[in-house]
Amino acid sequence: MDFFTSIVMKVVAKNGLVTAFVVIGVMTWMSYSISKYATKGRIHGSAIAIVLGLILAYIGGEVTGKKAGISDITFFSGIGLMGGGMLRDFCIIATAYGIKLEELKKAGLAGVLAIVVSTFLSFVIGAVVAWGFGYRDAVSLTTIGGGVATFIVGPVTGAALGASSEVIALSIAAGVVKSIAVMILTPLLAKPFGLTSPAAATVYGGLMGTTSGTAAGLAATDPKLVPYGAMTATFYTGFGCLVGPSICFFVIKAIVG
Amino acid sequence: MVIYGLLIMGLCAIVGNVLGYMLGGMLGITANVGGVGFAMLFLVLLTRELSKRGYMSKPSESGILFWNAMYIPVVIAMAARQNVVAALTGGWIAFIGGLAAVFAGFLLIRPLTALADTTESPEEPSA
Repeated sequence: MDFFTSIVMKVVAKNGLVTAFVVIGVMTWMSYSISKYATKGRIHGSAIAIVLGLILAYIGGEVTGKKAGISDITFFSGIGLMGGGMLRDFCIIATAYGIKLEELKKAGLAGVLAIVVSTFLSFVIGAVVAWGFGYRDAVSLTTIGGGVATFIVGPVTGAALGASSEVIALSIAAGVVKSIAVMILTPLLAKPFGLTSPAAATVYGGLMGTTSGTAAGLAATDPKLVPYGAMTATFYTGFGCLVGPSICFFVIKAIVG
Repeated sequence: MVIYGLLIMGLCAIVGNVLGYMLGGMLGITANVGGVGFAMLFLVLLTRELSKRGYMSKPSESGILFWNAMYIPVVIAMAARQNVVAALTGGWIAFIGGLAAVFAGFLLIRPLTALADTTESPEEPSA
């Protein structure tokens, strides 16, 4: 038996990406069955699959103590490649095939406005919450505000301003909470909050900003909306990294002294 | 050929990301500003041009459509490699801050989308 398992493990280890296809395939099949039979189609299969993925990610993180979810366990290492930035971005680009430029033009200006408003709002929310928990220095307040924008803006801002590693870790956590909340809440809140058209998706991408969050959130809501939301979201982190350590820091510093 | 679809998409991805980092560099930050967004635009424009001239064959198209369809599985894999433990153990600041931003975002969808609809109409003669 030992002989058999060692051979299986060897094959799996050598075929990480192929194993990932099998694992994700099984997860998808399970999720769509649950969607169909347990929820009578009320909850989208991909929404269930994404939550299942997040649960696996939690287990992986607890077991290994590392940062990349289930993919830190050798058996599942291929999921790291399959769900990594390279293939994610490649697939997002592929979704643009068939996009209607007219729709994008219609909401373009509103999308840009959404990015600007939401970035500054994130810094305000983050700084206010951090203030409420006793942080008083402009560097920490700005860094945590950046984390509320996205989990990349936080550490980039913190590194530029020389924030403590504890504050930087906190800002990353805030960004991860946001991205996961977007994944889970979008399919539930989409209809009541008017996320039903390409124009609304363009605005939504600019408001949420987290590429992974909007990617998963829209996939679980209506795949047709994905490219519109993804398009604006890809500009958000860059904009946040630009204004975080500069304008936002100066304004917060002027206020708290 | 299927690979031609990937050639087109790959070119768009690389050129878009190079542009994104160049834009970031010009703004003085080491970040990719909209690289994927540029790549998406290029793909839309390029494939539109190619199909107008009859160069987009069915197999080339299916090379793109395959990755289009792989989007959801890739997103599921992405979910499975998130740092969920960090999110759950980040404490109240992370939790409140992150969630507040999401709810604020949802509340702003309608007003900003309405703006998109009105920016469309100024051309029309008002009665």
